[in-house]
Amino acid sequence: MVQLTNSHKGNGNSGWTILFFIVGFTASLFAGWIVFPKLLYSKKQQPIDFNHELHMTHVDNGCESCHFFREDGTYSGVPKLVQCIDCHQEVQGDTGHEALFVEKYVSKGKEVPWLIYSRQPDCVFFSHAAHVKLAKMDCETCHGHIGQSTSLKPYEYNIITGYSRDIWGKNPENYLGLKTNTYDRMKMNDCAACHLEETGRKSSVSTEKDGCFVCHK
Amino acid sequence: MTQEYRKEKKYGMVIDLDRCTGCGACMVACMAENNVPFRDNETDKLKSITWMRIYQLTNGKSYPNEEICYLPRPCMHCEGHNGHSPCVTVCPAVATDYDRETGIVSQIPTRCFGCRYCMAACPYHARYFNWWDPVWPEGMEKSLSPNVSPRMRGVVEKCSFCFHRYQLAYEKAASEDRRELRENEYQTSCTQACPAGAITFGDLINKNHAVYKIKKDPRAFRLLERLKTNPKIYYLSSREWVRRAGDNYHPEEETGKIKSHQ
Repeated sequence: MVQLTNSHKGNGNSGWTILFFIVGFTASLFAGWIVFPKLLYSKKQQPIDFNHELHMTHVDNGCESCHFFREDGTYSGVPKLVQCIDCHQEVQGDTGHEALFVEKYVSKGKEVPWLIYSRQPDCVFFSHAAHVKLAKMDCETCHGHIGQSTSLKPYEYNIITGYSRDIWGKNPENYLGLKTNTYDRMKMNDCAACHLEETGRKSSVSTEKDGCFVCHK
Repeated sequence: MTQEYRKEKKYGMVIDLDRCTGCGACMVACMAENNVPFRDNETDKLKSITWMRIYQLTNGKSYPNEEICYLPRPCMHCEGHNGHSPCVTVCPAVATDYDRETGIVSQIPTRCFGCRYCMAACPYHARYFNWWDPVWPEGMEKSLSPNVSPRMRGVVEKCSFCFHRYQLAYEKAASEDRRELRENEYQTSCTQACPAGAITFGDLINKNHAVYKIKKDPRAFRLLERLKTNPKIYYLSSREWVRRAGDNYHPEEETGKIKSHQ
């Protein structure tokens, strides 16, 4: 009898239970998707606010004018001061950041401590040559339309691991695991999915995908 | 784009034990190349990490009939049956994998959680556990190779056939619009360091590579072939007792008769 009464009482409260569940669930999602990422990532500004669009109008060879392949096939990545000095020995234009660049770095012969959005953990091997020269991919597929940007976005990094947030992906829909552009996110699964789709290689015995030792070292 | 990307390869080694003097240059070259950690006190060899290790074999006889043979032992990169090498089969984390394209057994230390099943499964003791975080003497961290990621405490590591060299060679080939590597473009560190030229490295199934011919030498044998691990390291020795040491033999049984799994 006692049990019956209790269960009857419980049924009367089920509306409230569901409401509390929904409220709690929403609060958890809010905390997990909005609050936690805000706490987890910190922002830094780049030392110099570089204008890609402006530079693209002055160079002949597009992205490869500054981001080029070295003779041994490796990729130069972010330009070093020695390349910038070719044009920026003295102030060329009238932007404040250029003046700052010449004053702080060029005249002192100091490298600019650029913060690299796409820097990978050191267990990862990435070959630009394999993607650009063999697979004939364009820069935008992975890097987005950075060549048309007029300023650099803040560098966001994970305060625990120190890795750049761009590896993980930032667009809000990524919280749901969705991806609208190819350059939204560059996680391991994104690399693996593209490799499977584009190459069809299934050389790994354990995963029937591309082997681990293609990108890892 | 679903064409076959690169021809299937089986990278492997032939080590001529008649030439090996046991100098240890391969071990040193391997440690330097792959950022292999060491400790202040390496007395306990069970805890030393040596991707390439030289074993001393004796024929068990006393002077003046005693003979010595040195046997360098990297990872055998076993193919087993269709890529099911002993360590790959047991790994619960997919931290080790067999790549059918290169025939290399990979080890991804960042994925390993240190259960050490693979070490128990490996019949060659080619796998090593990091009991401590690596500590290099002050200043030595500057001489580490940037192409090999150092490992942390609690993970297993082993010889990778200097896979980073393959990656760099492939990158160079890609920049020249080639998908295939030349034989001399990818060689392991130990192969190049051996002053006696005892180690030959290459693609075991490519007729143009040196190893393809040498592995058919009548002196050739592999370690523990009866286990059907199908290893990719071949040894050459003209001495019968050395070939006998490569596996368990019945006293009347002759060597070179084990039916190979390949």
